[in-house]
Amino acid sequence: MNTIIFRTIAPLIVAIMLIFSVYVCLRGHNEPGGGFIGGLIAASSIAILGMANGAEETRRALRIDPLAIAGFGVFIAGFSGLLSLFTGSPFMTSIWLYLELGQTTVPLSTPMVFDIGVYFVVFGTIAAVALALEGDGEEER
Amino acid sequence: MGLGMDASIALVAIAPFVAALLAPLVHRLAKPFAGWVLALVPGGIFLFLLTLIEPVVSGGAISARIDWVPAYDLDLSFLVDGLSLTFALTISGIGTLIVLYSGAYLKGHPHLGRFLGFLLAFMGAMLGLVLADGMLALFMFWELTSVTSFLLIGFDHTRQAARRGAIQALVITNIGGMALLVGAIMVHWLTGQWEMSALGDEIRSNGLYGLVLAAFLVAAFTKSAQVPLHFWLPNAMEAPTPVSAFLHSATMVQGGVYLLARTTPWLGGTEAWTLILVCFGGATLLWGALGALRQTDLKQMLAQTTLASLGLSVLLIGLGTEAAIAAMVLYFVAHAFYKAGLFMVVGAIDHEAGTRDITILGGLADRMPLTFIGAALASLAMIGLPLTLGYFAKEEMYLGLLSGQWRDIAVLVVLLAGNGLLAGVAMLVLVRPFLGPVLPTPKLAHEAPIAMLAGPLVLGAASIVAAVSTDWLGHTLLEPGAGAILGEAVTSHLTLAINPASAIFWLSIATWALGYLVYRQAATLRTLLRRFEAALGWTADTVFDAVMFGLIRFSGALTRLLHHGRLEIYLVTVFAGLALALIAPLVALKGYDALLPTAELGNWAAKLSWPQLQPYEWGVIALALIGLSAVLMANNRLMAILALGIQGTSVALIFLLFGAPDLAFTQFMVEVLSVVILALVMTRLRLDERDQRPLEDLARDGTLALVCGVGVSLLLMVVLSGVLDTRLSDLFTATSVPIAHGHNIVNVILVDYRGFDTLGEISVVMAAGIAIMALLRSRAKPAVPQPKPAPRRRRKAAA
Repeated sequence: MNTIIFRTIAPLIVAIMLIFSVYVCLRGHNEPGGGFIGGLIAASSIAILGMANGAEETRRALRIDPLAIAGFGVFIAGFSGLLSLFTGSPFMTSIWLYLELGQTTVPLSTPMVFDIGVYFVVFGTIAAVALALEGDGEEER
Repeated sequence: MGLGMDASIALVAIAPFVAALLAPLVHRLAKPFAGWVLALVPGGIFLFLLTLIEPVVSGGAISARIDWVPAYDLDLSFLVDGLSLTFALTISGIGTLIVLYSGAYLKGHPHLGRFLGFLLAFMGAMLGLVLADGMLALFMFWELTSVTSFLLIGFDHTRQAARRGAIQALVITNIGGMALLVGAIMVHWLTGQWEMSALGDEIRSNGLYGLVLAAFLVAAFTKSAQVPLHFWLPNAMEAPTPVSAFLHSATMVQGGVYLLARTTPWLGGTEAWTLILVCFGGATLLWGALGALRQTDLKQMLAQTTLASLGLSVLLIGLGTEAAIAAMVLYFVAHAFYKAGLFMVVGAIDHEAGTRDITILGGLADRMPLTFIGAALASLAMIGLPLTLGYFAKEEMYLGLLSGQWRDIAVLVVLLAGNGLLAGVAMLVLVRPFLGPVLPTPKLAHEAPIAMLAGPLVLGAASIVAAVSTDWLGHTLLEPGAGAILGEAVTSHLTLAINPASAIFWLSIATWALGYLVYRQAATLRTLLRRFEAALGWTADTVFDAVMFGLIRFSGALTRLLHHGRLEIYLVTVFAGLALALIAPLVALKGYDALLPTAELGNWAAKLSWPQLQPYEWGVIALALIGLSAVLMANNRLMAILALGIQGTSVALIFLLFGAPDLAFTQFMVEVLSVVILALVMTRLRLDERDQRPLEDLARDGTLALVCGVGVSLLLMVVLSGVLDTRLSDLFTATSVPIAHGHNIVNVILVDYRGFDTLGEISVVMAAGIAIMALLRSRAKPAVPQPKPAPRRRRKAAA
């Protein structure tokens, strides 16, 4: 697996996949996609990087422990539901906000924050498992 | 007090818990005076409860309620009537003295603060128990007394005996707690009431009366240590002496007696009630009284007499006559006073002389005169001499049994024997350690500190003062207490006058004479009883041990059976369950009828036709079939994993072609990741390259796979053959854009309509990730130093 070709183009593939995953995640509300799929794509990219560069190096490049990312995901998903408390409506009632930026309108919403949380959970969990398996036991810091 | 009545009464049960939390801090700040400071809490409660006597005596019960779980219509309701006030006053009054006593008894102990905290928490639970009107609150406080009792018995947790006694008490009393919960729920189910004060005749007349009665009796008998569930109480004496004085004589074990008294108005009075209570109570009375004579340890003697007293109380409640109930109320107070006093005296002897063995103590009266006075006051009440509370209790007991019927005579004989034996033990406890020649003790005995003397002296004096002010006693204790149990007005006829013409007088004389005889022949009786026990060979205690070990062995065997550590068997079990879940409903509900061809097929061959598919669609199906056959024919594992990926990808393509892009998208990613992760797992586990299994294993797994596959297919076909209920999908289609602002319905469902489900799911994903990491790490650690594990990996494929 560790051919020079693979190792050379892996970062490129990973970069493209990561950007694509964010795109898929964000467009999910109106087109095929969403946080779950985006998270899977991002996790696959991390698995590829792990194969190319080794788990240890990938972990260092990530800077944050993947499981911590997953935990953050659960947190913001739950938090996005709590925001509706301020409007006096039940838990997880969605709130929409339309930002006017010059010519375009950017819709922001609590379901979007929720979906980003899903993205982080799926990404973090699967990346953690994949890296732990690739690292073959020497991953502990 | 500026609080309303509701809040004040709730505070009686809650304040001790607050004090319990603060106890360690108080101990740290006010070291030698911690007992004095903390005694203010029970003292204050006692004084507050005293102010309630007047309204309760004149106006009957006071009820109070505060919201507990309003959503379920549950209140924390309290009832202060003659019965609960009697108990609450006793608990808080003795509690004050015990907290004082403990401060001196465990002086300098590093965990005194914790001990006092447990003690106060127990007191709160016990006060809550006797004041609660709602049965769920009663259950909660009931269990809290068990838990705090466990903590107190096991306080000296470095000793094995203390730990064992604690666990035994917890197990037995919790069985009762569960029974109480069952009983409470049944009563609620039958009557719709949680409050005991609202119950009338409806339970007694119900067909399920027997079950309700059994549940409540198990609860009461475990808590009040009735034969044959009595054995935990003597073992609970491993606790420090103040605990024995408070919990295991005066208060907690009386919880069962209290429960019986409390339930008498709506559960008692039937034939079964009387028979069971009298029989078990009588047996416990005699067993405990004889057991006390067998012992030479003062504390164990008292523990056994406590059993006897509990049996006596249960017997009296069982009789249920006005005299018996009046006797029970009096006896509860008298017993609490003298038994707590005696335990405190024994603690003082142990503390100052260094031993509790009755055969090597003697002549302590000169060295510990005040302790002796306390012991004398308590013992005389236990013997039941005039001018003590014990006297009245005994008189009342005999009063109701003079009808001359054979049942009354039998009960009378049991009572006489029990009281006589108890009187004998009381004489032993008083005379042996304090009078006679001075014997050398392990420590040079001297008078106990004032905090340890206060208890026995105050309680002994109170017993006499209460007895002398006869009218007051009858009016404030007997009438409201017995009245609350019987549900009708009771008139006291207590009198100090001794009437030699009445039978009761001579029964009292007989009791004392029997007591003296027992006292004289104590050594002979002890030898006899010990020989009898040795001949018996087993006790309830050993049976308990056998049951517990049996339970542990059984659960061990069950665990080994289910958790054998062979992954392949786990998987077979899971998939066999899946196959069953798929096929069984189809067969049971005749779902396959929809799939069977209808009667006239006619020329079926003419109806056969190829589905109208595009060539590339045929290609995808062919790809799936190729992938599938490659899985089956693969001759090594890596090949099989890859082939499975091909097959899955083809399925994803089918999803894509037939209009489910989101599903297809996800399926692609899942296939990619599962190929990668499976391959990694395979290398990680160092599995053999080839999968070599015996033919029968292959046949078993193949059959299961086939059954599962057929099951899923059939299920889908049945689902599709019916009319699809489109109400939900119509709703989603119609509302997705207007109210959820999204065109992708799948995503809108995930993050908006069913967002709460998704939140649960991602939490599960996260938790599963943590579990996987834990498994991987636990495997990784030992793998590093060891060169290579032994070659039995194939069987132990568990990851």
